[in-house]
Amino acid sequence: MTATVSNTHLSSIERTKLIRASLTRRNLSEKIFRGLGLAAVVLALGFVALLFIDVGRKGIPAFTQSNLHLSVNFDPAIIGVEPAPVQAAGQSDADFQAANLKWQRDVAMLNWNKVIEASLRTMVPAGVEITSKDLLTIAETDARHEVRERFVADPSLLGQTVDIDVLASANAANWIKGNIDRSLPDSQQQLSAPARAVIDTMVANGKISNGFSWSIFTNVDSRSAPASAGLLGAFVGTLYMMLIVIVLAVPIGVASAIYLEEFAPKSKLTDFIEVNINNLAAVPSIVFGLLGAAAFINYMHLPISAPIVGGLVLTLMTLPTIIIATRGALLGVSPALRQAALGMGASKTQMVFHHVLPVTFPSILTATILGVAHALGETAPLLLIGMKAFVASVPVTPFDQATALPVQIYLWQGNENRNFFEPRTAAAIIVLLMVMICLNGVAIYLRSRLEKRA
Amino acid sequence: MDMVAGKVKMTQQSVNSTMNPIDALERPIRLTARDVTVHYGAKQALHGISIDIPDRAVTSFIGPSGCGKSTFLRCINRMNDTIEGAKVGGTIKLDGDDIYDPNLDVVELRARIGMVFQKPNPFPKSIYENVAYGPKIHGLARSKTDMDEIVVSSLRKAGLFEEVKDRLNEPGTGLSGGQQQRLCIARAIAVGPEVILMDEPCSALDPIATAIIEELIDELRENYTIVIVTHSMQQAARVSQRTAFFHLGNLIEEGVTEDIFTNPVNKQTQDYIMGRIG
Repeated sequence: MTATVSNTHLSSIERTKLIRASLTRRNLSEKIFRGLGLAAVVLALGFVALLFIDVGRKGIPAFTQSNLHLSVNFDPAIIGVEPAPVQAAGQSDADFQAANLKWQRDVAMLNWNKVIEASLRTMVPAGVEITSKDLLTIAETDARHEVRERFVADPSLLGQTVDIDVLASANAANWIKGNIDRSLPDSQQQLSAPARAVIDTMVANGKISNGFSWSIFTNVDSRSAPASAGLLGAFVGTLYMMLIVIVLAVPIGVASAIYLEEFAPKSKLTDFIEVNINNLAAVPSIVFGLLGAAAFINYMHLPISAPIVGGLVLTLMTLPTIIIATRGALLGVSPALRQAALGMGASKTQMVFHHVLPVTFPSILTATILGVAHALGETAPLLLIGMKAFVASVPVTPFDQATALPVQIYLWQGNENRNFFEPRTAAAIIVLLMVMICLNGVAIYLRSRLEKRA
Repeated sequence: MDMVAGKVKMTQQSVNSTMNPIDALERPIRLTARDVTVHYGAKQALHGISIDIPDRAVTSFIGPSGCGKSTFLRCINRMNDTIEGAKVGGTIKLDGDDIYDPNLDVVELRARIGMVFQKPNPFPKSIYENVAYGPKIHGLARSKTDMDEIVVSSLRKAGLFEEVKDRLNEPGTGLSGGQQQRLCIARAIAVGPEVILMDEPCSALDPIATAIIEELIDELRENYTIVIVTHSMQQAARVSQRTAFFHLGNLIEEGVTEDIFTNPVNKQTQDYIMGRIG
């Protein structure tokens, strides 16, 4: 009866009024909430767009390189080596080998810069005085290897003139692409005034042009010839680490999650393990780096700077993420499905592997790929296990020295030739982002495919 | 059947339906429960249930929500084992074998005592795979032909074959609710159980689907011992030969369905049937 009393002390008109008044209030708060949400999304998207635009604007020019089109004269007067030995009749193999070796040594010992200098000298405009040292700053330092290799491959070039494209030096590229302020006084320019004049003449004569820089993808890092520095070593290093993370973290993580969620008896010990796994997920990644240095390098004596150690550290870092995500997915499986399986007389293992796991597979897969993508971008732990060392080779096995893409970005970002390496850094970031987008794309594709099938 | 202790009387007249033509014969006892108790942690859900369940007949458990009827049903195939903190006491014997014997494998038990749940819960797999799953894990089919035979005959027995014969490879979850429940029954039958437990099998279905399932239950009792938990007294009256009334974790009264509904001995049973407890 009390309910009736409290309801009847208002007339129906009054009640409607009250409801309307509260309705305005409720609608207003909903509008405010929606507006704030929209603003947050717009702000976030704005920052992402800003990042992409900035990285793209800086990085895309770095995918082009400045090439010098040189007419190289293999002048016998400069080169001054005997013709390549030919195995004479009756000459023993060993003798010929020795002669060949001597010839190669002679060729290697030659100062090929002189050949390049001579070629560049032909393009010096009248009235410009330039020293050979300044002239050579135009071509990248690895140009001499290029020229020498051409000669070793074809010794008959001696005395001939051939067109060879070589890389412009990083400083020349800065000047050509306008990465450096042209109005700066000589004292602040990296190239001497005559060198700059020669470059401008060469550009005007079409002897310098920009082309797509495949070398970013095919070369390893380089300090002596920065214009030829590439990402291949870091890319392969990252690839090895990803492989190790996928091969180790996924099975171990999924298996531990299944055990903990489905089989482990609830006890103090499992509670303790659970708390620790959750805490591990929150441990700063650099701590994992310290752990890796202590455990894998100091104690287990695995090689320093090697992808195997990086992979193991990233595995440890990714495991909690995968375990937590998998447990969450398993927890979300409807009890009806479990009962159906158990009711049919399936054992617990059969229930998990025949019914529960297939249903959770898409979400486990997505979580795993996101975890791996996260590990892919991780830099801090790698610095502590020596992967920031300068490595100018492609790792053949995971036990060889290597860097990783994010570490390469870090290294280039710190390079002293800012004008040249800022775009390079942005280019490396673009490559890293592309790899990430590909990984996420694979995750989305597999997820939608598996969900369709289920 | 020698080890069976006694026989249970079946009535000679129908209650109010033509669907349960009454068996004149007396049925041997299949399941015997004595002083079954269940604790969920500190809470006691069942207080000493003793009941005999006859062979190849339908026994229904009725009672208000939370009375323990489903809990007791789940004791019979040890589904309570899967619930954290559930403790079962007393004995339940199937053909004289204690089902809580530590040496008995629960997997084997569940192959002998199948279960159909409240909400249809087919596996998210094809209709064929749903039915074939039980025989597959228990190794009942020697060949693909064997399996095909089992699947078809199980679907036929569940009255579903004609409706799905052209789409055996389509997902079982794509069927209507009633069809899904019959698929679950076919799935249970495929293992060749002796007892089928049904936990409110029609509570999620519409009246037409319910009628089909009830008819099916009536057919199935020719070959299977069926125990059904139901909220609907009409359903209990229609499909079962024996009825047990549970209240607050106790078995209040148990007997021939007709007697329970027309002439209950206990006042609580009477109140429930008259709609005064619910």
